[in-house]
Amino acid sequence: MKNLCFCFQMHVPTRLRRYRFPEIGQDHYYYDDLQTEELTEWIVNTSWLPLCRTLAEMIRLSKKRFRCAFAITGTTLELLEQYAPELIDVLKQLAETGCTEFVATPYSYSLAAAYNASEFASQVEMQRGKVSEMFGTSTTTLWNTELLYDDESGATAYKLGYKTVMTEGAKHVLAWKSPNRVYQSCVNSRQKLLLRNMALSDGLSFHFADPAWKECPHDAGQLASLLASLPEDDQVVNIWMGAETFGIMQPAHTGIFDFLKAIPYFALERNIGFTTPSEAARQTASESLSVPYAMSWAGEGKDLSVYTGNDLQQEALQKLYAVTERVHLCEDKNLKENWLQLQDINHLHYMNHTEHGRSNYESAYDAFINYMNVLADFLQLVDEQYPTTIGNEELNSLLQTIRNQEDEIAALKQQLKDLKRKKKK
Amino acid sequence: MKTLMFGWEFPPHILGGLGTASYGLTRGMAEQPDLQITFVLPRPQGDEDQSFLRIIGANSVYVPGRGCIEFSGRYPDNLLEETGNYEAVASVLARTEDFDIIHSHDWLTYPAGVTAKRLSGKPLVIHVHATDFDRSRGNVNPTVYGIERRGMDEADHIMCVSNLTRQTVIEKYGQNPDKVSTVHNAVEPLADADSFVKHPRKDKLVTFLGRITMQKGPEYFVEAAARVLRKTSGVRFVMAGSGDKMAEMVDLAARLGIADRFHFPGFMRGRQVQELLADSDVYIMPSVSEPFGISPLEAMQVGCPTIISNQSGCAEILTHAIKTDYWDIDAIADAVYAIVKYPVLYHSLSVLGKEEVNNIRWYDAGLKVRAIYDRVLRR
Repeated sequence: MKNLCFCFQMHVPTRLRRYRFPEIGQDHYYYDDLQTEELTEWIVNTSWLPLCRTLAEMIRLSKKRFRCAFAITGTTLELLEQYAPELIDVLKQLAETGCTEFVATPYSYSLAAAYNASEFASQVEMQRGKVSEMFGTSTTTLWNTELLYDDESGATAYKLGYKTVMTEGAKHVLAWKSPNRVYQSCVNSRQKLLLRNMALSDGLSFHFADPAWKECPHDAGQLASLLASLPEDDQVVNIWMGAETFGIMQPAHTGIFDFLKAIPYFALERNIGFTTPSEAARQTASESLSVPYAMSWAGEGKDLSVYTGNDLQQEALQKLYAVTERVHLCEDKNLKENWLQLQDINHLHYMNHTEHGRSNYESAYDAFINYMNVLADFLQLVDEQYPTTIGNEELNSLLQTIRNQEDEIAALKQQLKDLKRKKKK
Repeated sequence: MKTLMFGWEFPPHILGGLGTASYGLTRGMAEQPDLQITFVLPRPQGDEDQSFLRIIGANSVYVPGRGCIEFSGRYPDNLLEETGNYEAVASVLARTEDFDIIHSHDWLTYPAGVTAKRLSGKPLVIHVHATDFDRSRGNVNPTVYGIERRGMDEADHIMCVSNLTRQTVIEKYGQNPDKVSTVHNAVEPLADADSFVKHPRKDKLVTFLGRITMQKGPEYFVEAAARVLRKTSGVRFVMAGSGDKMAEMVDLAARLGIADRFHFPGFMRGRQVQELLADSDVYIMPSVSEPFGISPLEAMQVGCPTIISNQSGCAEILTHAIKTDYWDIDAIADAVYAIVKYPVLYHSLSVLGKEEVNNIRWYDAGLKVRAIYDRVLRR
């Protein structure tokens, strides 16, 4: 039996306010809350809420045979709590059906996996905690930022407990192989890889409403036929996209919600089932894949070049991640909050000269200047806590000494207590 | 194909952008194998480059009943009179010259173009390098407006140097959008661009180079400088050029307390210009209203990062330049601070800017003009 695995990614980009250089060192609040609120409300009302309500209907009407997954970042969950609690309610309902999976994803949708393993671990752990707290679910599947994957980051993910990694069915990795099968990592045969079906997913996202686009099904019947005609040994067809496909990229009048709703009828009729990523990954892997260089679902190259390809981006990332250790030592809540927000991959996306998504800046240079001003202030705050004049190693050794002394003092105190007790007797 | 062009300036004796653009465009068009250009100038000096076109001096054309008429070759007080005389010369050339189309550059030559069209029956295209709206910031001279309007009404097609100018022509001069096209200016390639290097200096250099007059927004440059200097040292500001607002700017710098970091070297010529640009860390053009603005492209040719106003035509075709509104002093200061602070930003704008500008060629502009000629002649 073939299975369809749907996964909907949700992330609201962090919106920085206009921050000019004279404010560096003076004003430590970096966000445009009004823009963020409006953006969140618009996305939720136009897309996410109708989508989730439709999915809940589909689960009910298909008598729980419809299943799907969500990749929601921690920062987005926080925003939803604040601005769209009605969506949280629907998500909770979806969680309770037992037909959904909330996969793991870095808390603020950062590129930490490519720059600092301990930060990556910390972000994934934070998101796991948030999802568990809100929905009571857990997962062993990871949707790394922009479906990023390479052998090394995959191994790190496995150590953190993520036996399954979702990534892109990129041609340069698959060549002639099909994305509709379960693969395993060439480094660790116990780690499973699920690959997005690019053609179907992008076809639906970008071309659903275009009747001239032949490769994309335009109604549920067509989709079911297409799936039924796939080779027998295709195990799972992964249709993953940004949740905004439903309602924003493909507005409601294109009929995309009706299309979605009809899928279970047509699919089940053709003996095509639904599955969540973790369930799909239980199947035996057909072969192993080697991915030495980072791949993602972004841009033409399906790598990280959209986000790290130019000088400006590299400079920003380098300056940002240089203070990772110090930030980890800090306890200041605001600082930690800013640290997460500043890692949002969208900041880098807006610094791309040609492909910059829904940038709220005039140009890549504008984005760079604004971000670097904010970063300059942030770095000053970090410096106040842990001056960068002391090298990282020296700092670590000093801190270790302090910790050892603390331990010793605690032990001595205990000894003193014991001796006093003995004396009393 | 033969084109009869009416112009007012031509290098080496240029007074502004019109001369530079005239040269660049004709050079670019001359690369088309089947195009011959005849260029009429009021008063050529004899040292113009005629290797790719034929220059006719209006002052050497015999006008029946008047003889050869004197022209200043500049913008004198009796400019309107000279425009009329130029028209008289055109009436003679219309009959004596052989051409397929007439091409008039800027309002001074529109009457000449119209007369030549009337007498020869050949079509007229006019080239709007600037309008009186740009020059006067809305306070137009009614006579000049009248001449511009008549030229546009009579022309078979109107070419503008930017979309900005095109909008002005459509909205303020009541022209039909189908009759108006944009042909962006370009920049002459600098043969010895690599010979202009950036000398290491203790201070960063931020430069304004142009006419120090209202249209060019010099006061915004000075105000932005003050904001930058409040937050950081190690930056010097240069305002090169001359103009009616120069004294006022010197005064403003003094009042803002930044006179010690501000320099007024006066009018610069020849290699001095590129040397200053190459040495600068930033070139700013805060023009209030610039039909195109070739100078930022000249700065980018020698690898100098530029900040240009959104109200300039060149902003329409440049990616690797920082664009702000001319009045947004905070944005200008922010950009200056960032370029001065982050070497990677300087480097990106310098290298990518140079590359971008090297691909903006007069040849391509020439092809667009030719396409318009073909369209007009087919009718």
